[in-house]
Amino acid sequence: MILLFYIAGAVAVISTVAVILQTNIVHALIYLILSLLAVAVCFYVLGAPFAAVLEAIVYAGAIMVLFLFVIMMLNMGQHSIDQERSWMGPKVWIVPSILASVLLAQLLTVITQYDHELALTTVDVMEVSALLFGPYVLAVELASLLLLAGLVAAYHLAKK
Amino acid sequence: MESIPIEHGLILAGILFALGLVGVLTRRNIVFVLMSLEIMINASGLAFIVAASRWEHADGQIMFLMILTLAAAEVAVGLGLIIQMYRRYHTVDINVLSQMKG
Amino acid sequence: MQDLIWLLPTYPLLGFLSLVLTSGNLPKKVVGAIGAGSIGLSFLTAAVIAYQFLGSGETHLVVEMWTWMAVGNFTPGFSFYLDGLAVVMMLIITGVGFLIHLYSAGFMLDDPSYSRFFAYMNLFVASMLVLVLADNLLLLYLGWEGVGLCSYLLIGFWYEKPENGYAARKAFITTRVGDTSMAIGLFLLFAELGTLNIQEMLHAAETQWAVGSGLAVAASLLLLGGAVGKSAQLPLQTWLPDAMAGPTPISALIHAATMVTAGVYLVARTHVLFELAPNVQLLLAWIGLITLLMAGFTAMTQHDIKRILAYSTISQIGYMFLGLGVGAWSASVFHLMTHAFFKALLFLAAGTVIHSLHHEHSIFKMGGKRKQLPIAFASFMIGSLALAAFPFTSGYFSKDEILIAALEMEGPGMILWLGGVLGAFLTGIYSFRLVFVVFFGESKGHHEEKEVAGLSMATPLIILMVFALFGGWIQIPVDAVFSHGEVHEEHHISNLMHAIMIVVPLLGIGVSYLFFMSKTFSVEKLMANPLATRLHGFWFSGWGMDALYSFLFVRPFVFLAQVNKNDLIDAVYALLVEITRVAHVMIARTQTGQLRWYALSIGGGVVLLITLGVVL
Repeated sequence: MILLFYIAGAVAVISTVAVILQTNIVHALIYLILSLLAVAVCFYVLGAPFAAVLEAIVYAGAIMVLFLFVIMMLNMGQHSIDQERSWMGPKVWIVPSILASVLLAQLLTVITQYDHELALTTVDVMEVSALLFGPYVLAVELASLLLLAGLVAAYHLAKK
Repeated sequence: MESIPIEHGLILAGILFALGLVGVLTRRNIVFVLMSLEIMINASGLAFIVAASRWEHADGQIMFLMILTLAAAEVAVGLGLIIQMYRRYHTVDINVLSQMKG
Repeated sequence: MQDLIWLLPTYPLLGFLSLVLTSGNLPKKVVGAIGAGSIGLSFLTAAVIAYQFLGSGETHLVVEMWTWMAVGNFTPGFSFYLDGLAVVMMLIITGVGFLIHLYSAGFMLDDPSYSRFFAYMNLFVASMLVLVLADNLLLLYLGWEGVGLCSYLLIGFWYEKPENGYAARKAFITTRVGDTSMAIGLFLLFAELGTLNIQEMLHAAETQWAVGSGLAVAASLLLLGGAVGKSAQLPLQTWLPDAMAGPTPISALIHAATMVTAGVYLVARTHVLFELAPNVQLLLAWIGLITLLMAGFTAMTQHDIKRILAYSTISQIGYMFLGLGVGAWSASVFHLMTHAFFKALLFLAAGTVIHSLHHEHSIFKMGGKRKQLPIAFASFMIGSLALAAFPFTSGYFSKDEILIAALEMEGPGMILWLGGVLGAFLTGIYSFRLVFVVFFGESKGHHEEKEVAGLSMATPLIILMVFALFGGWIQIPVDAVFSHGEVHEEHHISNLMHAIMIVVPLLGIGVSYLFFMSKTFSVEKLMANPLATRLHGFWFSGWGMDALYSFLFVRPFVFLAQVNKNDLIDAVYALLVEITRVAHVMIARTQTGQLRWYALSIGGGVVLLITLGVVL
C-alpha cells in the first residue's frame, strides 16, 4: 500500500511535468488526466475512497472532457504545436522556475517541521455523506448555487 | 501498522502546486494556463485529503468536495471565456489581451 | 399680565413676517400701518404690562413660555423675566421705537424700498425686546445677535452705494469682536456656574466667587467686551460714526435710542458680576470717561450734522459707562432713558433738516434756517439743551446723578468727576455749535426750501420734545433691581460742586456763542495756529483711531491675506494630491495588461509573505 502511494506520487509529478512541457495540447491533456488519476490513487491510499472516486469521475472524467471539447472547437492543428514551441524559449523558464522553487523550498521548510505518521484509516462514504448532509448542508447549498452560477455564466459567455 | 509520514503527502501536494505555478507563469496559450490552474487547485485538494487522513476525520474530504465544485464551475466559466476570446481575437495567446494596461 | 408678555416681541415679529412675505407688494399706506402699527400695539401692551406690574408691587416676574432646547441638564427656556429694569427698557424701546416708526412712515415715503425698511425695523424692535426681556443669557444672546444683524441690514439699507455696504460691514465686524468676547464669557459662566439663567447665575456667582477672584474678573471682562462693542465705547467705537450711512430714522432708532444702549443694559443686568470684580468696574468707569472725552473733542470738529450727533451719542454712552463704573446703576439707566428721548429727538430733527435741504449734510452749508424750519429748530433747541444738561431739562437730572455718584466715589472719584465735568463743557460747545451754525447766522443756499414735515413726522417730534424737556421728572422703578448693591445715602455734595455742575455746561454754551454766534472769537484765527490745525485734524479723524486700526489690524490682515493668497495650508493638501498622482503614474506602469505578469506578481507576493511569516 505504501509503495503504491510513492509510485502514484512519482507518476503524478512526472506526468505534471510533462503537462507543462508538452507542446501538443491533446497530449498535454492526456498527461493531465494521468496525473489526476495518479492523485486519485493517492487519495485511495490515504483512506479517502470517496474522494478518489470523485477525482476520477469528475476531474479526470467530466472536466477533462470539457477541455477536450473546447480544444476540438478551437481546432488546434500542427500550426499551434509550432506556435507553442516558438513560445517556449529557455528565457521564459528562468523567472517562473526560480519563483516556484523558492516557494517550494519555503513550503518544504514549513512542512518538515511537522512529524506525524498518517494512520491511513479509511473514512468511508457513509461518514462523508452523513457529515455532508448534516452539519455541512449549508455548504452543499452554496456549492449548488455556485454550480448554477457557473452554468449560467458559461452559457452566457459561450453564446454566439 | 504500515504508515506514511504526513510530510510526504504534503510535499507531494507542494511539488504539484509549484509545478502548476510554473505552468501558469510560463505558458502563453490560455488553455495551458487553465490546465495549470487545475493542477494547482488539485494540489490544494490533495493537501486537504492529507489533512483529513491526519485527523482521521471526514471534514477534509468535505472541503475537497467543495474544491471540486469550485474547480468545475471555474473550468466551465474559464472555457466559456476562452471560446469567446477565440471568437473575437482568433488566437489563444494571452499576451494579446493586454489592452487593459495603465 | 403673564398672558400679555409674549405679545411684546410677537407684534413686531408678525409685522416683519407679513412685510417680508409680501415682499413689497403692499401699498405704502398698508405697509406704514403694519410697520408702525405693530410697534404701536407693542407699546400699548407694554404700557398695560408696566401698569399692572408696578401696581402689583412685585419685584420681579418670570414668564416661562416653552423650553427652547433640552440637552442633558442644560435646558434654556424661552422665558421672559420682568423687573423694573426690563420694564424701563421695554417702555423705551416700544415707546421711542413707535415714535420713530411713526416718523419714518412719513420720512421714508419716497423710498422705493419702503416695505423692506419697515420689515427690518420691526425685526430690530423684536430682537431688542427679546434681548431686554430674556430670562437667560442664551436668549439674550439671540436678541443681541438679532440686533446686530438688523443693524447691519439697516446701515447698509441703501446698498447700491458701495460705501454704505462698507459701513455696514464695518459695524458688523467691529461689533462681532465684542460679541465673540461675550460668547466666550457665556461659555465661561456656563462652565463655571452650570446655568445661563441670569438670576440663578448671578446668585451662584455671588455665593461661589470671592470679590476680586480671577473667575469673576475674567467673566466680567468678557461681558464688558461685548458691551463695549455694542455700545461703541473705546476701543470698539469706530463703527458708530460710519454707521450714519443708513437713513436718518435708523440712526435715531439704532444708534441713539436702543441698540447702543444694549451694552449698558447688559452691564446693568449683570451688575452683580461687576461688583464682584471692582477692578473691572473701575476699568468700566475709565473707559466711559476716556470715550466721552475723546468723542466730545471729535464732535467739536465735525461738519456732518449726523456725525456730530453720532459722536455725541458715543460721548453720552460714555457717561452711562462712567455711571456704571462708579456703581450708579440706576443713574445710568436713567441717563439711558433721557438720552433715548433727546437723542431720538435730535436725530429725527436732523432727518427733517436733511430731508428739507435735499440731503445736505454739511452744517456749514446751512445757516439761518430757524424761520424756514421751525419745528426742526424747536426740536434742536430743546434736544441740545437736554444734551448739554441745561438745568431742569431731562439730561440735567440724569447727568447730574452720574457726576454726583462719581464724586462720591473714593479713590479716583475726583478725577472721574473732573473729566465728566470737562465732558459736559465740551457737550455744551458742540451741541450749540450745531444749533448756532445751522439755525442762526446768515443763510447760505437752500433759500427756497420749505420744511418737509407731515403730521406723521411732526407728531413724534413734538412728543419727544415734551419728554426731552420733562423726562427728568420721571421716576424709574429700578430700585428693587439694584437694591442690594447700591448705597443709599444722602448726598454730601457741597453747593459749590452743584454750582459747578450747573455752570459748566452753560459756560460751554457761552463759548460756543462767542465763537459761532457773536463771532467775538474767530475760528479762522484759531485755526491759523499750526498746533490748533493739527489738533483739529487729529480730532476730526476721531483721534486717528480709524487710521490706527487700519495700521494695526486691517493692513496686517490684508498683508497676511496677500502672502497667503495661495493658501499655505492648502499647499499641504495639494502636495498630497501631487504625491498620489506621481505614485499613481509609477504604479500604473506596472499595470501592463499582461496576465502572466500579474500572476507572477501574485506568486512573488505570496513568496514574500511566506518569507516574512517564516522569518518573523
